[in-house]
Amino acid sequence: MNAVNEPAVVAATADEVWHLRLYVAGQSPKSLHALVNLKSLCEKHLAGRYEIEIIDLVENPSLARTDDILAIPTLVRRLPVPLRKIIGDLSDTKRVLVGLQIHPDCLS
Amino acid sequence: MEELPKTPTGISGLDEVTGGGLPQGRPTLVCGPAGCGKTLLAMEFLVRGITQFNEPGVFMAFEESADDLIANVASLGFDLAQSKDDGMLVIDHVKVPGGEMQETGDWDLDGLFLRLGTAVDTIGAKRVVIDTIENLFGAFSNRAVLRSELRRLFGWLKERGVTAVITGERGDGTLTRFGIEEYVSDCVIVLDHRVTEQTSTRRLRILKYRGSLHGTNEYPFLIGESGMSVLPITSPGLRNSASTQRLSTGVARLDAMLGDGGFYKGSTVLVNGTAGTGKSTLAAQFCDATCRRGERALYFAFGESEAEIVRNMSSVGIDLWQWVNAGLLQFRCFRPSVLGLEAHLFAMQKFVDEFDPAAVVMDPVSDLLRIGTGADVSAMLTRQVDFLKAKGVTALFTSLTSDAEPALADQQIASLVDTWILLKTMEGNGEHNRVLYVLKSRGMAHSNQIREFLLTDQGIELADVYVGPQGVLTGSARQAQEAQERSDGTARLEDLEQRRVNLERRRESVEAHTAALWREFEDEADIVGRLLSHGSTGVEDRAGQRAEQGRLRRADTDEYIAHIGELDVGAL
Repeated sequence: MNAVNEPAVVAATADEVWHLRLYVAGQSPKSLHALVNLKSLCEKHLAGRYEIEIIDLVENPSLARTDDILAIPTLVRRLPVPLRKIIGDLSDTKRVLVGLQIHPDCLS
Repeated sequence: MEELPKTPTGISGLDEVTGGGLPQGRPTLVCGPAGCGKTLLAMEFLVRGITQFNEPGVFMAFEESADDLIANVASLGFDLAQSKDDGMLVIDHVKVPGGEMQETGDWDLDGLFLRLGTAVDTIGAKRVVIDTIENLFGAFSNRAVLRSELRRLFGWLKERGVTAVITGERGDGTLTRFGIEEYVSDCVIVLDHRVTEQTSTRRLRILKYRGSLHGTNEYPFLIGESGMSVLPITSPGLRNSASTQRLSTGVARLDAMLGDGGFYKGSTVLVNGTAGTGKSTLAAQFCDATCRRGERALYFAFGESEAEIVRNMSSVGIDLWQWVNAGLLQFRCFRPSVLGLEAHLFAMQKFVDEFDPAAVVMDPVSDLLRIGTGADVSAMLTRQVDFLKAKGVTALFTSLTSDAEPALADQQIASLVDTWILLKTMEGNGEHNRVLYVLKSRGMAHSNQIREFLLTDQGIELADVYVGPQGVLTGSARQAQEAQERSDGTARLEDLEQRRVNLERRRESVEAHTAALWREFEDEADIVGRLLSHGSTGVEDRAGQRAEQGRLRRADTDEYIAHIGELDVGAL
């Protein structure tokens, strides 16, 4: 049963394009780390079906207010819905996967 | 010593307590339990900054949305939407995520810093409020990072040189739930909301003010229609102008007792006395006199209804109904317990604003003690007195005392009042008589006399009391004494007449006596005169007798006898 059902879920998510938005503040080490970590993670788990948008709040400070950003770096999963927010430099891969709800089955 | 630069809050009373305001360019922590008025204080600090000092402000709200905030303070007359449009105010509502966010590594609060920095830069803010930043503790699991970030935030605020107010909810045994007082150490203000005997009172205390003197007491504060007001013990400012115009008390002799013509316009009068001494009557007489001059009077009654007062006063010949009908007199009667002290204060001030009276009566202020402690009531009355004085309204407060000792509240408001009239009853001779005296009256050569206070068909009259060897006499004892004095006078007259008659008799007797003496004297003189005229014959007789005796006795020789006869005659 599992073997039948779970690929179906993965398949459903697999079709979608993941839209991720990373909020950084200038070229700070945390921001750079986060970007590097995010890219490698997406390549590994979401290869070919992800988009990363980087927003530098130093350049667009008003977006901090409109998007309600407090911590830097913040990663927002805009798609698939619902919207999810995680913070930190994304060095803890396991937490990133849980936070973004990338299904553990796609890890294989 | 250089004075620490301060930013005035514009909040009534708070600047007096802090000696000029909050530390300029530094953060101040305002903490207290839920509903104590933290947010309001913070908001008023911004609003006053905008309206009074032309200093733009940023309000960073972690709890309420901008719309809620605008609506909440609109009732206090603050038009935040207008300030926003004018570019003087930014309200940034930070939506704190409900649950903890997944933390995937190192992070900081640069987002918050950037938001705040942008807001401050946009309008050139001088004042910043952060309300309540501790809400962040629910959203971040790594408290160590959060704490170091908050420390950095407060440091950053200082660097920017903005005067900031940070609010925090009181924790269990700590000033704030998460101990942020550790980071904000320049000035800490603690608000409290205490219920004593079912009455809630708000209080404010400056716990700490680095580098500045400050009041250390707990000061009651009120939240009213025009915002917050802290009540320092002495009224703020004391810049009331002083009128020399006198207003009649309605009792001619009392006017005379107060020097010349009655109370000063805009002064505060306390009429204090035990039950049934005629306090309300004196107040009514004053209202009557005020209306008679064509001025308006407002009567706040806490114990009687309008109809009762009018009826009771008509029994002593004071017709208040005519003034009510003429629109010169208004009654506002309510039990004190229907509202809290602050609500009463603002309700009364509203009535005063609407009616614009020349005189206000509060009868009796001691009833307010049922809804607040002595200190609270006196604080409230201080506000009321300041308010009325600023408007030049003459105020008459009555106060009920249970015994001869003035009640606590009276002592506390004694320094507020300009004229203090004491009504007492004097017992004795099976009677209870009212007396009145002026305990103090600022700026008046007032009488030191105790007068008997009579309620007659024509209102109040003051009679002289009898002061004599038996002490102060009033009532029938006074009348008896007067009668006694009258009869004493008559008796004295009779006595004098008697003495005059006696004296007359005595003179007659003296004259009679003198005449008798004269007669005696004249008799004597007569005898002596006669004796003198027959003087020589007497001597010769005696010598002859002696010689005759010698001869008869044959004791001497005839020559000797003859010699003796010669001697005797020679001696004569």
